[in-house]
Amino acid sequence: MIPETGHFALILALFVAVVQATVPMIGASRGDRAWMDLSRPAAVAQFLLIAIAFGALVTCYVTSDFSVLNVAQNSHTDKPMFYKVSGVWANHEGSMLLWVFILSLYGMGVAAAGGNLPPALRARALAVQAMISVGFILFILLTSNPFARLDPAPFNGNGMNPLLQDPGLAFHPPMLYLGYVGFSMAFSFAIAALIEGRVDAAWARWVRPWSLLAWCSLTLGIGLGSWWAYYTLGWGGWWYWDPVENASFMPWLAGTALLHSSIVVEKRDTLKAWTILLAIVTFSLSLLGTFLVRSGVLTSVHSFASDPARGVFVLALLVVVTGGSLTLFTFRAASLKGGGLFAPISREGSLLLNNVLMSTGAGTVLLGTLYPLFTDALNLGKVSVGAPFFNSVFLPLMVPMVMTMAIGPMMQWKRGDLAGALSRLKVAFVLALAVAVATWLLAGGSASPLWAAGGLGLAAWLFVGTAVEWAERVRLGRCSFGEFLQRCGHLPRSAYGMTITHAGLAVVIVGITGSTAWKTEQIQVMHPGDTVNVAGYQVTLDGTQDNVPGPNYTALRATFTARKDGRLIAVMHPEKRQYTMPPRPTTDAAIHTNLIGDLYAVIGDPDGTGGFVTRLYYNPLVPWIFIGALIMVGGGLVSLTDRRYRVGAPLRTARAAAAAARA
Amino acid sequence: MTRKQRRLYFVLLGMLALGAATALVLTAINDTLVYFYTPADIQTKHVAPGRRFRLGGLVEKGSVIKKGETVEFKVTDLTASLPVTYTGVLPDLFREGQGVVAEGRLDPQGLFHASEVLAKHDEKYMPKEVADALKKSGHWQEGQVTK
Repeated sequence: MIPETGHFALILALFVAVVQATVPMIGASRGDRAWMDLSRPAAVAQFLLIAIAFGALVTCYVTSDFSVLNVAQNSHTDKPMFYKVSGVWANHEGSMLLWVFILSLYGMGVAAAGGNLPPALRARALAVQAMISVGFILFILLTSNPFARLDPAPFNGNGMNPLLQDPGLAFHPPMLYLGYVGFSMAFSFAIAALIEGRVDAAWARWVRPWSLLAWCSLTLGIGLGSWWAYYTLGWGGWWYWDPVENASFMPWLAGTALLHSSIVVEKRDTLKAWTILLAIVTFSLSLLGTFLVRSGVLTSVHSFASDPARGVFVLALLVVVTGGSLTLFTFRAASLKGGGLFAPISREGSLLLNNVLMSTGAGTVLLGTLYPLFTDALNLGKVSVGAPFFNSVFLPLMVPMVMTMAIGPMMQWKRGDLAGALSRLKVAFVLALAVAVATWLLAGGSASPLWAAGGLGLAAWLFVGTAVEWAERVRLGRCSFGEFLQRCGHLPRSAYGMTITHAGLAVVIVGITGSTAWKTEQIQVMHPGDTVNVAGYQVTLDGTQDNVPGPNYTALRATFTARKDGRLIAVMHPEKRQYTMPPRPTTDAAIHTNLIGDLYAVIGDPDGTGGFVTRLYYNPLVPWIFIGALIMVGGGLVSLTDRRYRVGAPLRTARAAAAAARA
Repeated sequence: MTRKQRRLYFVLLGMLALGAATALVLTAINDTLVYFYTPADIQTKHVAPGRRFRLGGLVEKGSVIKKGETVEFKVTDLTASLPVTYTGVLPDLFREGQGVVAEGRLDPQGLFHASEVLAKHDEKYMPKEVADALKKSGHWQEGQVTK
């Protein structure tokens, strides 16, 4: 009964979404308030119905109802409860249901929190949101029904891919989807604004919190995925430039550009058409990501077994959404006239530069990701575009961007003083140079110290530059302590958000540079009692223990002790696990971290003479990548609590006053 | 600044960034593009030793020899096969008779030195290139290994 309830609720949700997509849209063009206001209860009803469907599927998983095909294929009674629940979205059908669930959650969010929105804008945005909903619910019902029954029901299920049975990956898809789908809000508002033909500061202010929330979730989702890859794949790497990783990275780049250009719309009332275009592109890239992952057109270490019918459906959705919205954009963009001055040397000028570089970066990632598809389609041979391409194309584009990131915030709106900004950044420049020179001297023996010195210098430039900007705003050391505290209190949260996020990126850059430049890898056969030297640590294989029982696996567990100068640092237990259902081996690396670097141990196959192949890594500064990503998310969340999103209705008439107050 | 000037600035900036990106892409793409070959391709085409490429096929049954941390095996598309040597820990799903993709270089003796043996998350899944190669060599059975 429960799966049928879920299925039925999903069908009802489809009808509600159809109503929500049409009636408020017609109402908005006729100016009929009652028709427009239907969008709010419809969004709530849609959310409740999809929540029932999602809850039904979760119940099937929790109770291990193997008469449901999806549960039988992806779950097992021996699986720990935590993974029974996360198993709901660890497969295609369930993850698409999670997708529409989150979509309707955002829709309800706008309906509930959007009391101060103009009724027509709200009606249109919710209608566009419902159109996306219709597409994806149809996709689920027609090609990927998670509630299909299986008769006769098997005694037990096929189990879940053991690689996915991991806390990092349990939260990775929901966070990623909160990000992907969150950008649908910016998209819906952009389409609504195009229909209205009006984009202004108030519009940017309404869209910004949703984009910010999506950005935070996406950043966290990508970070979790990278962390998971780092500790479960046993390769010691955290980013592979794999098509599926790129699929999540492209909307992140475009979304980051969108966040920055919407500031210009809000503060300077210009760059409007560009911002609308970015909103469309960001969501299209999110859909493209869904298509790439779901269709299996690209070979990827992440590829799910795929079904061409699904790929075609998602591709059709992508074409309709992107094509339709870009067509609308071409007709209406001309009506979005920007106001005021626009000087190249100004805060808005540097934000524009950021936008251009971010979009170009996203473009090169897109090219590299899709290139193998083109060459295959044109019979130019099968190729793969890997890390070397992205490293030599994408990274050089990011260098000028990071350099401007320190300068931009120092500039005034309207008319900036580049020489003045640079002279105020003297400290940052000197420190960055000092860090680079020190790195170069200290790491002189390494193979690639020169670019590593550049990387750390760049990170220092960004970090110190960001700190200088903050110190100037609160007049640190230039006024009494009381005044300083007062200024700290008065600085808007969004300013703190920017400072924290930019500083977080500096931390990430340190991590990326360090782990790439100074990683040590040792692969060898070790017998119990053997000791290997890794980056100054003496790592001893004390012994191994076979058939260690786990909840749904048995493991070969090794015991390593790491010593430094005779002092015991850590005892590490990497495992090689053999899962019972599905019968599949996985590698569980042991990581000892001191936040400066990670000692990373992997136990491999026995060599037949009592020894084991082992892999030992020292990964310097890797924790900084994940800590930096968390700092960036934290900065985004601080910015989200800014007063201007919480207080009062941002009326369109108030925009001049607001602009004057900020100038 | 007038509208026209602003638009010009915008366009110039965009062209500059795109130009830089194009230059970077063009210089990078030849050196970094990795072609995919099957053992049969290696026999028919001349692939220069030292050129990096991906080799795909099935791990030939009975060909895996482990010598400490070095593993030797043969990759076959059931038409031709190529010996491969690899130092390191193999991915968990590496099996005789299963699909594999290895990235590396040929030495002048025709031995493939793999620097990477690619792991797949799902053993039901066969790399698309490998499936296509088997189809090409006429050894593909529908429903084989892949889902």
